[in-house]
Amino acid sequence: MEVNERDPVTGRETTGHEWNGIKELDTPVPRGVLMFLIVTHIWAIAWWFFVPAWPLGTTYTKGLLGVDQRTTVEERVVEGQQERSVWMTRLESESYDAILADEALMQTVRGTGRQLFGDNCAACHGRDGRGRAGYPDLTDDDWLWGGGPELIEQTLRYGINTAHPDTRIAQMPAFGRDGMLERDQVRSVAAYVYSLSNPDYSTDENLERIEAGRDVFATTCAACHGENAEGKLEIGAPNLTDARWVYGGDLQTIIASVHGGRQGHMPTWDERMTDAEIRTLALYVHDLGTGQP
Amino acid sequence: MIGRLTSTERQYAAVVLSLLVVAGIAMAALGRNDALGVHGVLVILFAGGLLYAVLSAFFEPEPREDREASYYDDPIKAGIVLSMAWAVFGMFMGVWVAAQLAWPSLAFDAAWSTFGRLRPTHTSGVIFGFGGNALIATSFHVVQRTSRARLAGQFSPWFVLFGFNLFCVLAVSGYLLGVTQSKEYAEAEWYADLWLVIVWITYLVLFLRTIARRREPHIYVANWYFMAFIVVVAILHIVNNLAVPISWGHAKSYTIWPGVQDAMVQWWYGHNAVAFFLTAGFLGMLYYYLPVRAQRPIFSYRLSILSFWGITFFYMWAGSHHLHYTALPHWVQTLGMTFSVMLLVPSWASAGNALLTLNGAWHRVRDDATLRFMMAAAVFYGLSTFEGSFMAIRPVNALSHYTDWTVGHVHAGALGWVALITFGSLYTLVPALWKRERMYSARLVEVHFWLAIAGTLIYVFAMWNSGIIQGLMWRTYTEDGALAYSFVDSLVAMYPYYIARAFGGLLFLIGALICSYNIWMTVRSVPLAERRDSDVPAAVAVPGE
Repeated sequence: MEVNERDPVTGRETTGHEWNGIKELDTPVPRGVLMFLIVTHIWAIAWWFFVPAWPLGTTYTKGLLGVDQRTTVEERVVEGQQERSVWMTRLESESYDAILADEALMQTVRGTGRQLFGDNCAACHGRDGRGRAGYPDLTDDDWLWGGGPELIEQTLRYGINTAHPDTRIAQMPAFGRDGMLERDQVRSVAAYVYSLSNPDYSTDENLERIEAGRDVFATTCAACHGENAEGKLEIGAPNLTDARWVYGGDLQTIIASVHGGRQGHMPTWDERMTDAEIRTLALYVHDLGTGQP
Repeated sequence: MIGRLTSTERQYAAVVLSLLVVAGIAMAALGRNDALGVHGVLVILFAGGLLYAVLSAFFEPEPREDREASYYDDPIKAGIVLSMAWAVFGMFMGVWVAAQLAWPSLAFDAAWSTFGRLRPTHTSGVIFGFGGNALIATSFHVVQRTSRARLAGQFSPWFVLFGFNLFCVLAVSGYLLGVTQSKEYAEAEWYADLWLVIVWITYLVLFLRTIARRREPHIYVANWYFMAFIVVVAILHIVNNLAVPISWGHAKSYTIWPGVQDAMVQWWYGHNAVAFFLTAGFLGMLYYYLPVRAQRPIFSYRLSILSFWGITFFYMWAGSHHLHYTALPHWVQTLGMTFSVMLLVPSWASAGNALLTLNGAWHRVRDDATLRFMMAAAVFYGLSTFEGSFMAIRPVNALSHYTDWTVGHVHAGALGWVALITFGSLYTLVPALWKRERMYSARLVEVHFWLAIAGTLIYVFAMWNSGIIQGLMWRTYTEDGALAYSFVDSLVAMYPYYIARAFGGLLFLIGALICSYNIWMTVRSVPLAERRDSDVPAAVAVPGE
């Protein structure tokens, strides 16, 4: 019998093969490897006995535990619904006043509402509800359509300028682009509107333009925004006298708003959320707005 | 290089390339209103460029060399260069998409540069471009040396190499144009897939014919793995890409697999692409370059057998663990999970066999960064196969699935195992192939090693943290039984990890650039080694035959 070469480091024999200088030792598979191999196989085979595992034509081995992921998930869903129904049914059925008066229930609204808001509203209004250009800040007390829970619910449910039959509708016409106001009138009325929230702007130099703008405002804008320019909640016309703006309150942006008009869009959530979710969000947003902790 | 082809081989090349140009013209004409037309033009340019090179050298004198007296290494050299070019491209794309996750404005508001289109250019670029070319090159090298026989043919190796790269170009450019099958790691559309079938079968035939010419009585382990890689990838590619194009003039096709069966076929493919492309192929590399560099015999032939058959048998069943808790029936998930666990020990046996082979050579591991690359690769291989089996267990998967943990796991394998073993192999192969004394700079190899290790560790640790945080946030309920966090909350929590990940990837990319430079300078400026007569095929009369 041919005696194979012995490796001086390990003392093992080689297999006697050689490829381009590479040799192999004839080391047996270490006992630990075999043990571990057996353990993993026993574990795997045991698992086959307990849960669904092998196909048998049109059916399969069901396993001793009798579990199936489909029934498991159905059970879990029912369990979760039951757990939540304690407060969910109250949010669905009780009046807003009653819920607002119940501090414990309002804590639930703040917890659940935060997650609902994050997953559904934050893409436009921001995670903290502070909005950004074109998307209103929901944390202040300045509302376009009103900040009571019922009013917020209506906005949420039917949206603004949507295809829903009950949608809220509001449009700021494009006074400049559509030729309702001259270029100069646009600039004047913008200067007037700007001066309402920026008293420093009313210098002698600008006074003439502001006065001209005041006249334009009275004939053209007051019908919606009111004679005092404080807006009208029932038609979604914003208050122009405060420092809070949807599209931006610098002179250029106001000119752009008067010239090109605005028509914001808030989606309808009527059939995309449950009643409980819509009511929770209405309360949550109301709660953001009134600045309570 | 074309001068080394016989005139018959030049004629083959000219005919095949002309046919390809005609195919490109047909694609351009039929698909003139579609992205297919753009690809037709690309095919014309690719094949036309090569045809020009062939015709330019068409009438050069016949080669006079004795082919049986040397190995055929030209395609291997080209493969190494292509592999490194793809590495730099693919890793750059990886860093870019990683940065986009932290800073979305880096998509620059263009369609082609959105995350969804760039991400597959990264995955295909590194897996197929970098990994695939490295596998083709090293398999050509290893099979010749361990068989002590020259490659069977001179035209088909070039066909395989350039054909494969044409596939890669069509795939990657398609993603930028919005062409995709939407199958992960199999995004390329029907015409590119058909082309790859032709290329891959040529590869298989070439490899088998070379093995058949061997002058050694036994087939070396590395070649078992390369064969498993080639055979199984052919099967996977064909089955998963069975699809019907909407017309001959459109890039779009629809898969023949319906619904959940499509998902199962896709992940049977996806998981075995990991198994046979990213594992078996690279184990072939490991089994040759590691013992050569360490100058040690393989620790155990028996362990090699155990792990080879374990890996080839068990991996085939494990794909369904990618579909836990989905519409896939529970019993299929159980099989995927249990076979993944049974796969663990055979996988570890390979890693252990590699590390134990280093016994008696640990001083070399300490002094030689090239060998250290391969040692670290074996360690990462062991770690990520353990992690893979662990994540395949359903309750663990409930936490890890859809999170960055998966991304971290893939990169522990892709950076730590696949890329490190490739770099170690290339640093061994390049001086041998170009017959240089050594690499241009051992110091740069050392720098590359530490950049690669640091980059991998930063990447993997960032993704572990990020993934586990994500998974926990998604399943945390308030006392009231409602979800505690919105999805956006989890994104905000990811932000620092996304930055860390992009930084880790950047280090890895810098390492690859240094490697390319080092290879370039080795070929350009390192003096030729004294001729080693041993690096030639065996004479026809062979001991043992």
